[in-house]
Amino acid sequence: MTILVLIEHYQGGVADGSLELLTLARTLGGPVTALVLAGSMADVATLAAGLDADTVLAVAAPAVARYASSVYLRSLNAAIAACDPELVLLSYSTAGIDLAAGASVATGREMVAYVTSLTRHGAGFAACSQVYGGKLLATSTLPAQGIAVVMPGAVKAGPRSTGDAPVQTLTVDLGPDGCIRHLETLVPESGGIDLTKAARIVCVGRALGNTDKLPMAEALAKLLGAEIAGSRPVIDAGWLPKPRQIGKSGTKVKPKLYLMAGVSGAPEHLEGMGESELIIALNSDPRAPIFGKAHYGAVCDMFEVMPTLIQKLS
Amino acid sequence: MKIVVIQRLEPVLTEELELSDDGRDIDREWIGFALNQFDDQALEQAVLLKESNGATVTAIAIEDEGSDKMLKNALARGADAAFQIPLDADDVESRSSRALAPLYAAAIRTLAPDLVLVGILSNSDLYGELAPYLGAHTGWPQISAVTEVRLAAGKATVRQEYAGGRAARFEVDTPVIIGLQTAMQPPRYVAGSKLRDLLKVQIPELEVDGAPSADMSHGTTLALPDQSAGAVMFDGDADDIATSIHNLLKEKGFVQ
Ligand SMILES: Cc1cc2nc3c(=O)[nH]c(=O)nc-3n(C[C@H](O)[C@H](O)[C@H](O)COP(=O)(O)OP(=O)(O)OC[C@H]3O[C@@H](n4cnc5c(N)ncnc54)[C@H](O)[C@@H]3O)c2cc1C
Ligand SMILES: Nc1ncnc2c1ncn2[C@@H]1O[C@H](COP(=O)(O)O)[C@@H](O)[C@H]1O
Repeated sequence: MTILVLIEHYQGGVADGSLELLTLARTLGGPVTALVLAGSMADVATLAAGLDADTVLAVAAPAVARYASSVYLRSLNAAIAACDPELVLLSYSTAGIDLAAGASVATGREMVAYVTSLTRHGAGFAACSQVYGGKLLATSTLPAQGIAVVMPGAVKAGPRSTGDAPVQTLTVDLGPDGCIRHLETLVPESGGIDLTKAARIVCVGRALGNTDKLPMAEALAKLLGAEIAGSRPVIDAGWLPKPRQIGKSGTKVKPKLYLMAGVSGAPEHLEGMGESELIIALNSDPRAPIFGKAHYGAVCDMFEVMPTLIQKLS
Repeated sequence: MKIVVIQRLEPVLTEELELSDDGRDIDREWIGFALNQFDDQALEQAVLLKESNGATVTAIAIEDEGSDKMLKNALARGADAAFQIPLDADDVESRSSRALAPLYAAAIRTLAPDLVLVGILSNSDLYGELAPYLGAHTGWPQISAVTEVRLAAGKATVRQEYAGGRAARFEVDTPVIIGLQTAMQPPRYVAGSKLRDLLKVQIPELEVDGAPSADMSHGTTLALPDQSAGAVMFDGDADDIATSIHNLLKEKGFVQ
């Protein structure tokens, strides 16, 4: 019985989330199998070097050189059938979202998502997860043979292994040239802004409502020598440009100061800023999940506090 | 080109969530419900494709309190047809995506669209999201975290987003299930007059051949997170709070 971990990678590097899963698998105990999909066996070997696993299960084919949901799902299902793992670990990434539910139906396994902690419990596992945008915690018992989708950052990745695990190849029917074909990889537009370098950030959330009050937030940022940033809804609505998005699908930052207003603190936002050195949060909802993460907070109307703070700072 | 778009009501998260007596669900009695924000994006993307490619858009929802109004909103926004899928409340132990996916999948088989658009996630999707379940139940390809959909010559091209704003473009064969993150334009507002015109319209039921499946909710308990280890809170009026923050910033050396 092994724990199967899906390894995600991009441009030759293994994703942090996948390294975290290997460490989690180690702490749970028992043999660990890393599933590596790549264009060739040489690419598999490069990716597998130093992975803290007992076995590397490899699918090598041009069709899986880059991530695509259909061929990855076929490979994952085949890997589960081949090694009958006691647990499958996926990261809460785009791939984790794409694959976990499908694999659970195809292989008849239970699954639980948004996992922040996982321990052995009887013959199976006990999982703690975040739901309702981080407003509630769910505790579930995941039976053996389950699938868990784990939040990035839930575990700190341990050191790389010095030895290389033996590689087993898996032949998978990837279907007729895949029904989802990769056309091109798109790198993020930067617009000359790199928020990872900002020591101070002022971040506004959906509560901004429109761009009318944006100058207020920008004035505050300016007085603090901070960059302005937004949560995903702010960027989706076009109030701020994409390079200023903080979070899972935006930029991951760790500034000295992160002052945030009208952001609820959904797990996808926390993923991008949770390690900031000083987090101050303004939110009108006393139960907003951000107050569980921030160092300082106030339940208030941001549009009353921001002008007053601006006055004091000028 | 036929598009089915799924619309789901979700608890409004800025309201106080209370738990049911058995702690296995939220108390649904008093909480407000609104259209899932990602389903809102899915509806917009569907209507944008209708405008650019002449597709027909059918909005579907599980019948529930408020589903009628939600589907009228979809019609007012540009959907061509709308159906409610009846569900006997006594039959369902759970309303998770895992449990309800077979019903939606049965509706999809009946409507036989080329494209299904649904929001990438719902707040209560502890056992996985709806789009990949629909892929598994229909056997159609599925792709989530999609932020652009274009149609040409019976094929769709989509943009899928990853961490750090990275993305890739894919060509997908239809029929396909898409878990939509963001539409190519922000959702449009709908005029109140348009909604009033639909007041008397009856949203028909769509009888489907499917039953909810089991999930793990019988063994799952919900709890409010302990926030006591969280933020030090500043009290008082706006001026008191601004003063406290100002003092903190001075103390930490961020301002003079
Ligand atoms: C795959 C995926 C990737 C994602 N990536 C990201 C990402 O990179 N970044 C990101 O941010 N999100 C991301 N999200 C979205 C995330 O799930 C949340 O929807 C989002 O973070 C919510 O943004 P928000 O906090 O601004 O809005 P909301 O959750 O709507 O919160 C608004 C907050 O403002 C408060 N408020 C309202 N009025 C006031 C006022 N006057 N004064 C003070 N407070 C007020 C409310 O109480 C509420 O807490 C992603 C989601 C998915 C599925
Ligand atoms: N100026 C404001 N004061 C208080 N709450 C607001 C304000 N603007 C938006 N909100 C709230 O912010 C949340 C998100 O708003 P919306 O963008 O309309 O979905 C909702 O709870 C709104 O009621």
